[in-house]
Parts: sequence; C-alpha cells; structure tokens
Amino acid sequence: MTINNSTTAYTLGNMTLGQACCTPVPHLQIKKLSIAYAGNTVLDDVSLDIYKGCITALIGPSGCGKTSFLSSLNCLLALIPQASVTGHIYFDRDDIIHDAIDTMRLRRRIGMIFQKPNPFPLSIRRNLTLPLREHGVRNRYLLAEKVEQALKDVGLWDEVKDRLDGSALALSGGQQQRLCIARALVLEPEILLMDEPCSALDPIASGVVESLIKRLQGRYTVVIVTHNLAQARRVANYAAFFWMKERVGTLIEFGRCVNVFEHPRNPLTLAYVRGQAG
Amino acid sequence: MPERMFTLLIWGAALLVTGALLWLLADTVLQGVAHLSWAFIVDAPEHAGRDGGIGPILVSTLCILGVALLVSLPLGLGAAIWLAEFSRQGGFLGQIIRLSLDVLAGVPSIVYGLFGNAFFSLFLGFGFSILSGGLTLACMIIPVFIRSCEAGLSAIDHGWRHGALALGMSRSTAVWYILLPAAAPAIIAGLMLGIGRATAETAALIFTSGYVDRMPESWMDSGRALAVHIYDLSMNVTGGNAAAYASALVLVTLIVLLNVLAQAMTDRWVKRRIFSA
Ligand SMILES: Nc1ncnc2c1ncn2[C@@H]1O[C@H](COP(=O)(O)OP(=O)(O)OP(=O)(O)O)[C@@H](O)[C@H]1O
Ligand SMILES: [Mg+2]
Repeated sequence: MTINNSTTAYTLGNMTLGQACCTPVPHLQIKKLSIAYAGNTVLDDVSLDIYKGCITALIGPSGCGKTSFLSSLNCLLALIPQASVTGHIYFDRDDIIHDAIDTMRLRRRIGMIFQKPNPFPLSIRRNLTLPLREHGVRNRYLLAEKVEQALKDVGLWDEVKDRLDGSALALSGGQQQRLCIARALVLEPEILLMDEPCSALDPIASGVVESLIKRLQGRYTVVIVTHNLAQARRVANYAAFFWMKERVGTLIEFGRCVNVFEHPRNPLTLAYVRGQAG
Repeated sequence: MPERMFTLLIWGAALLVTGALLWLLADTVLQGVAHLSWAFIVDAPEHAGRDGGIGPILVSTLCILGVALLVSLPLGLGAAIWLAEFSRQGGFLGQIIRLSLDVLAGVPSIVYGLFGNAFFSLFLGFGFSILSGGLTLACMIIPVFIRSCEAGLSAIDHGWRHGALALGMSRSTAVWYILLPAAAPAIIAGLMLGIGRATAETAALIFTSGYVDRMPESWMDSGRALAVHIYDLSMNVTGGNAAAYASALVLVTLIVLLNVLAQAMTDRWVKRRIFSA
C-alpha cells in the first residue's frame, strides 16, 4: 500500500507501508528503570511497555529525564561514564541492561534521532552510505538504490538529487533533520527513538517532519519526546507523562493518547495537558 | 581618546611584528640570492662550505625529516586519538600524560639533543646517524603534535560522536571517517609546527646526526642538516657568510614548500574521505 501526500512547499515521497496497524504487543518492556548521574537519581522506577508499530509520545517538563530515558533504550547512556542504569529493559527476550548483548547490532535495530540535527560533515550521499557500509552493504547499485529510497521516504530526494555529493552541512535545518531521519531509516531499524526532532525547526519544516513521523506508524515502532503537546496528540497512539517529584523524574501516567489527554486519571496530568502546570 | 590610542597601539604592534619578519626575510633573500644557483643546490660543499654547494646536506636534511615524520605522525595521531576518544574523561592516566606532554613541549631542544645522544646514539648503538637524528627530532615534535591533534579532536561537536554510535558504527569507524577529517585543520597546524621546528633544528642534531657533510649512503650514516650547516658556516667558518645566507634562503624555501605540500596532501585526503561514495 502506498500513501500519497498532498503536495505542499515541501513534498513527501511515497512510502511503502506494511500493514498500518498498531497492536498492543510489547516491543520493548521496561521494568523498574532508574537512572542516576554520579549517584544522583534523575529518573526513578519507570515501568512501561512500548508497543509494536505504535507511536509513543513522552511528555513532561524540562529536566525530568526524558532524554536520559530515551538514551537508555539504545544503550547510549552506557557511554557516559558517570551514568548508571538499574532495572530491566527487555527487547527480544534479552535484558539489554544486564545481558551481554552486541550493542552495535542493537543500535542498528533501534535507531535514534537527536534534538539537534547532526548530519556528519560529509557529502549527503556519504551520510547514508557510511552507516550502510559499516553494516556490510558494499554493492554500489544496492547502495545507490537504498540511498534513493531513504531520501524519497523522507521527501528529500527532489530537493537534493542534484547535489548528492555536496556537503550535508549546507542543507537547511529542516532538511538536515530529515537527512538524519533518512540516515536512521536506511538501516531499516525496528524501533526509532526521536528526541524532540522538531524543536529546532520552523513550523513548516516541523509540519513536514511531523507528517513523516505519522507515516512511520505501522512500519516502525516510534518513541518520540516532544514539548509540543498538540503535536503529541496529533501523532501519537500512546502517551507517557513524566513529572518531577522531589527533583526526581518519574512516570505519572501512561496510556492511550486520547485517554491521557482527554480523561487523565492523575490530576497532575490533567493540569499539565491543560497547561496549568510545568 | 582611549579608543584611538588602542587602535594605534594594536596597529603599531602588528606592523612592528610584520616589519621585523619582512626585514629578516628580505635580508635573507637579498644577501642569499647572489650566491644561489642550481650548482649550489646540487653540488657537494668544498673548503668547509665556503665553496661548492649543499647537495648532500639537503639530502641529509630531508632524510632526517623523513625519519622524524614517519615516526611521529602515526605515534602522535595514535596517542592523540587515545587521549581524546578512548581515555576515561578526567582519568588519572590521561591527566598525567597530558601534563608530561606539556612539560616535554617546553623542554629546550639541546636537552633533546643530549638525550638523543645518550639513548639513540650510545645506548641503542645507532651512533651519529640520520636515524638517531630523525628519532631525536621525532621525540621533540611529538608532544606538540599530540596536543594539537587532541585539541582538534576534543573541539569536535559531540553530536557527531553520538550520532555515529547511535547508528551502530564502531568507534574506529567514527574516528577514521568522521572525526579525523573534521579535525584535519588542527592536525595540519600541528604537523606544520612540527615540520617547521624540525627543519630549523640545530641543537638537537649536532649530537645525534652529526657534522659529516658527505652524501649519506644509509640511515646509519652521519648526515649534516641544513640548519647545522648554517650554524657552522656563520660561527666557525670565516668567509662563509655568503654561503650561509644562500643556505638560509634554501631552508626558508624548503619550509614553505613542505607546508604547502602538507596542506595539499591533507586537503586531498579529506576530500577523499568526505566525497568518495
Ligand atoms: N551527562 C550528565 N551528567 C550529569 N547530569 C546529567 C547529565 N545529563 C543529564 N543530567 C541531568 O539529568 C536530569 C535529566 O536530564 P534529561 O536531559 O534527561 O532531561 P529532559 O527531560 O530530556 O529535559 P529537556 O526536556 O530539557 O530535554 C537533569 O537534571 C540533568 O541535569
Ligand atoms: Mg531532553
């Protein structure tokens, strides 16, 4: 099945989707996760399931540990020497915190998009071929094909097809962020972690990235951190609300997006989504 | 008008420095160019350098520099990569190494000469040779080179490192394909500083590569470096001034050429890293 987007200032290409469904089958199971930096706990006792093919939005005030949470899911936090993670994250029957897993393979299966677009200081093409080569794709035709597909998926192909060998740093912020998404997609991950992917973009570029995320639903499991509640409401199937209790972040409420926004169980959630707190 | 005073002062300082440099350069060119000829560049020196040329000396200089770069480039880059990318942040070992490098960078070159003589020439038995001289120079330029490369690597945005790792790339790929090209300007700067220092060095070479002004036949032969030759001509040889100036002119030209070459080679390397598919 292909989806055709209406053409705007930016155009999004076609994307072949799997069955666009979102079933509550856990893809990642997080149990009693706590994160501390140099002994200071910043996130405590978080348990939730990330469902396969669904978009889960993480919302909450600044500093409550959303980025830390996200980077623990692909073991990126393990690279920060003073950070320590306790609890369990089950992925594919492995506990990625305690079991000896191949982190490079794990990160290929769980991609990440950062808040600040970070295309490598290489050509546009090489931004995409470098990770592919690292994971063993050597065939030139296959490489070219995958590059084109990934750029079409994020709607960047028409904008850059004439300057694939130009520097990626010469792209606009929105284009850079879409290139970063393409770079993650080109490895065909199962899960995509996005840390405020639109916060550095203007409303139009942000709208393009948003509709791109929307189209990922069904084919990828997406976890997105956003401060834009309206955006969370528009794109997400599930929402998790984090809050600071005594300067320690914790999960207050998790559920289907409509429930969290329309009928929250916790008064804190209600105040936050109504804009009365945070 | 403090603002005008300030402007005047900084202009004055800039002019003074540039002027002194230009004067030095002009003096070298004016006094040296008369004695300079193709024969001077290729011929062997005669009468302690008063006559003849600097052919063998030029060859020795390049050989010594070659040895120094061959040793210091990989070692220096390796150490810099370890310090910037793999050592634990704020770790004890890293701090100690950095401190030692900074101390070593400030040690006068004559001390390196004495060390090189004791270690390479005598202890390792390399004698007065191009090898001893080159290795001594390598010791001298490595500390500055490492610190310069490390500073270049550390200044790189963390976003690229995390981005690379988040894509499941190994750290070595990230270093080789992304971080090193990004740090290339700092690496060239360190390299040029090293080349400049090494080419202009006398004190560290007198006791290690020696005085012999014949054409060297192997790495174990003694060879006189250009800077040593200039020193000798101007201090010990009466009537050697013209030849000294001409040699100095060759030395300056050589340094400029080497810098241009290093820049061009790095540019090519970076381009290949960035654009090849
Ligand atoms: N490398 C680090 N070292 C020490 N403390 C850190 C580090 N990174 C984050 N923290 C602390 O952890 C807490 C949570 O940070 P985190 O970046 O996860 O918050 P966040 O929810 O993503 O905030 P924002 O919405 O502003 O991005 C903060 O108090 C922060 O100071
Ligand atoms: Mg954050």
